[in-house]
Amino acid sequence: MARMWLFLPVLLFFILGGLLWKGLGIDPKILPSALINQTFPNFKLESLKTDSKMLTRADLIGKPVLVNVWATWCPACRQEHAQLLQIANSKQIPIIGLNYKDERESALTWLEQLDNPYKFNIYDHDGMLGLDLGVYGAPETYLLDKNGIIQYRHVGVLTAETWQQLQELIHAL
Amino acid sequence: MLYKVISLQILIGLCFCFSSFNLLAAIGVYEFKDETKQLRFQQLTAELRCPKCQNQNLADSNAEIAQDLRTKVYQMLQAEKADAEIIEYMLARYGEFVLYKPRLTLQTALLWYGPFLLLAFGIIIIGFILRQRAKTFTEVNKNTLPSVDNKKLAALLNPTEDKK
Repeated sequence: MARMWLFLPVLLFFILGGLLWKGLGIDPKILPSALINQTFPNFKLESLKTDSKMLTRADLIGKPVLVNVWATWCPACRQEHAQLLQIANSKQIPIIGLNYKDERESALTWLEQLDNPYKFNIYDHDGMLGLDLGVYGAPETYLLDKNGIIQYRHVGVLTAETWQQLQELIHAL
Repeated sequence: MLYKVISLQILIGLCFCFSSFNLLAAIGVYEFKDETKQLRFQQLTAELRCPKCQNQNLADSNAEIAQDLRTKVYQMLQAEKADAEIIEYMLARYGEFVLYKPRLTLQTALLWYGPFLLLAFGIIIIGFILRQRAKTFTEVNKNTLPSVDNKKLAALLNPTEDKK
């Protein structure tokens, strides 16, 4: 029986090896959001379409929404646009745009040319809401529950696979 | 007197200025009225990590987000915020990741002190094995050596004593 203890190092080796193996698969570029399970930061910003209309956090509360951070200077945003349109067409969840550090003119032209998947757009010209949200690179997509609590963050292009994952999360809400 | 902060990156950037005008955009000059604030600014931007370009700190990075965060640090310093408050602000938004000097948490403690724990564990095991070995060795000796006449043995080892 005492001899069995001799296998302890081997066991430890496999445990450590397993952990390291798992670590190899983690993408260091994807940062966990510090805001998961926290309420969306408060803000008071103009709407992209009409500068007189002010939007606040209250506009995001009521039912689950996706908040998509985008800008015309961001090539990956163009790449995910078709997927956003598809989500909008599925009518499963409204998408709210956060136009991040962009120019109003070019953003509106973009929406005209590529079609508009957004219910409305928050115009964050200075990127201050982006800063509060911990945005570090567009595009980013946040899933908010009906109380405006951040449930999930996706960094990078929203693909069909990500939409699959998001749908599962939305159904679980 | 006004002190101007020119980070290392800017100095390097200046060398390249002659070839590219785009770099000019990355040069941010922050003006400080007192030296301690300037030092704090340099220290904070050196200790905070850029979330976008992961192996650079805020002072060295040219990424948009790093510029924004530098400006934020500057604004917060001007607003007389403490270093701890500024770090707390960054932590709340970007998580532990932004710290080049991580705080002591359960995870970092495990990382830093875990090896010593393993070392102690190893020493205990070696001690245990050695003791076990010594025990079996003496037991073997007891069982195999023939019984000795102690008087004879003493006489052999110490012949002078016998003559007294």
